[in-house]
Amino acid sequence: MIRNIRTAYLMLSPSLVWLLVFLVVPVGMITVISFTTNLGFGGILYEFSMEAYRLAFSSLYAKAIWQSLWWSVIATVICGIIAYPFAYFIAHAGKWKNFLLLLVMVPFWTNLLIRLYSWIILMNNQGVINNLLLKIGIIDEPITMLYTPFAIIVGLVYGFLPFMILPIYASIEQLDKTYLEAAEDLGANPVKTFLTVTLPLTFPGVLTGTIITFVPAISVFVVTDLLTGGRLLMIGNVIRDAFLVEMNWQLGSAISLLLMILVLLSIVVLIKFTSSDDDSSLL
Amino acid sequence: MREGTKKTLFVFTILVFAFFYIPILVLMVFSFNDSKIGTVWTGFTFDWYIRLFSNSQIIDAAFNSLFIAIVTTVISTVLGTLAALTLHRYGFPGKRTVGFVFYIPVVIPDIVLAVALLVLYSFLNVKLGLATVIPGHVVFATSFVILVLLARLAGLDKALEEAAKDLGANEWHTFWKVTFPLIYPGILAGALLAFTISLDEFVVAFFTTGPGSNTLPVLVYSMVRRGVSPEINALSTILILAVVLVIVIVGWRMNRMNKQQGGI
Repeated sequence: MIRNIRTAYLMLSPSLVWLLVFLVVPVGMITVISFTTNLGFGGILYEFSMEAYRLAFSSLYAKAIWQSLWWSVIATVICGIIAYPFAYFIAHAGKWKNFLLLLVMVPFWTNLLIRLYSWIILMNNQGVINNLLLKIGIIDEPITMLYTPFAIIVGLVYGFLPFMILPIYASIEQLDKTYLEAAEDLGANPVKTFLTVTLPLTFPGVLTGTIITFVPAISVFVVTDLLTGGRLLMIGNVIRDAFLVEMNWQLGSAISLLLMILVLLSIVVLIKFTSSDDDSSLL
Repeated sequence: MREGTKKTLFVFTILVFAFFYIPILVLMVFSFNDSKIGTVWTGFTFDWYIRLFSNSQIIDAAFNSLFIAIVTTVISTVLGTLAALTLHRYGFPGKRTVGFVFYIPVVIPDIVLAVALLVLYSFLNVKLGLATVIPGHVVFATSFVILVLLARLAGLDKALEEAAKDLGANEWHTFWKVTFPLIYPGILAGALLAFTISLDEFVVAFFTTGPGSNTLPVLVYSMVRRGVSPEINALSTILILAVVLVIVIVGWRMNRMNKQQGGI
C-alpha cells in the first residue's frame, strides 16, 4: 500500500508540478499584485493598497464588468433556447445522426476569429446583409449593425453555440429510453413526459453546456474588439488594456481576479441551484 | 415524437444550420472575388490564394503554430496519461484535491491564465518568444487529456487486468500487454484534442508570444483588425477546409474503430 501511494505521487508529480509552476503560482502572483501600489508603467511598490479594486468598481470600469455579465447571460440563455431543440432533433435523427453531428463539429473546430470575421463581412454597412436589403428595397439606407450590442450578442451566440449543443446532445443521446416508455405506459402525454422525464434527466447536459458557454462568453475580448472596433468594452478588453496599454498591472490583476471569482461563483450557484446531491454532474 | 412536433423541429434545425453555415459560405465565396474593396461580387479570381502562398508571414505563422501544437501534444499527452492512470487506479490521501486542481484549467477564463503567465515571465525576466506559449497550452491541454482518458478508463473492464495478474503477469507486463492496448484509442483521442486545442488557441498565445513569432490565430487577429481583405477570406477558406478534412477523416476512422470493437 505504501509503495502504491509512493508510485501514485510519483506519477502525478510531473503534471502537478507543471500546474503549480504555470497556473497556481502565476495566479498567486496576480493576487498579490492586485493589492500592491501602482508606480506607473508597470512599476510595483510592495505596499498594501486597495486602489486597484476601488478603480475597478469606479464608473469607468464597473460599466464594462456589468455589460459583460449582462451580454454573456443573454447570449448563454439564447444559446440554451436554440441548442436544446436542435440537439433533441439531431439525437432523434436516426441514421442521419452522425452526419448531422459532423456538421456541428465544423463550426465547433473552426477558429473563433475566422467565424467572427465572417460576420464583419455580413454586418458591415457596405456588407452582404445591407446590400441585399437595399437591393430588395426593404431599406433605403444601410442599417448600422456592427458597433452595436446587437452585433456582440450575435457574435457571442455564433461563437459559443456549439459549446452548448454538444453536452446537451450527449445527455439526450444517453437518455435511457425505457424511462420514456414507462412514462407513456403510465399514461403521461408527450408534453408531460418531456417536462417531467426528459428535461430533468438531461439537465446535467444543460448545466455543463451553460457553464462552458458562459465562461468563455464573459471573458472574451475579441468579440467586442472585432465587431465593434473596440468601441464597446467587456471585461476582457479592460484586462488586456490594463496590461498592454495602460501598464497598470494592479488594475489588470484586480479585474482578472474579480472575473475569476465571478466565474467560480456562477458555477457554484448554478450547481447548487440545479443539481441533486450528485456532484459528478459537472462535466 | 408527434409528426407536427417533428416537422417543426426539422425546420428549426435547418434554420440553425443555415445560421451556422451561411456566414462561413459567404466568407468562402468572397475569397474568389475579383474586387479588393467591399463585398460586391465583381468576378472570379484565384489571385488571393496565389498571394497567400507567397506571403512568408503566413507560412512562418503556420509553422510556428504547428511547432507549438506538436510540443504541447507530446508533453500534455505524457503528463495527462500518467495522471489519469494514477487517478483511476490508486487511492491516496489528497485525491479529491488533486482531481479539483485538474479541473481548474477547464473552468478558468483563458485571459486570466494568459495575464498571469505574462506576469510570471516578466518576474523571471524570461524573454517572450515562441517557446513561452507552450506552458500555457500544456496547462489547458493536459486537463482535457485527463478528462478524455478518465472517461475511457471508466469503461474499462477491471477483470481483464485481474485475469492477466492471476495468470502470472507482473504489473509492468499487465500494463503493456493489457491496459495500454485497451486505452490506446483514448490516448490517441486525448492527443488529438490537445493538438487541436493548441492549434486553435488565441488568447494565451496573444499574451505570451514574442514579437515576430506569431502563431496563426495571432496573425489572423492582427490581419482582421486591419479590416476586411480578400486575403483573409482565402486564408480562412483554407483553414476551414482543413478542419472539414480532419473531421471527415477522424469521423471515418472512429466509425471503423467502433465497428471493429463492437462499439465503445
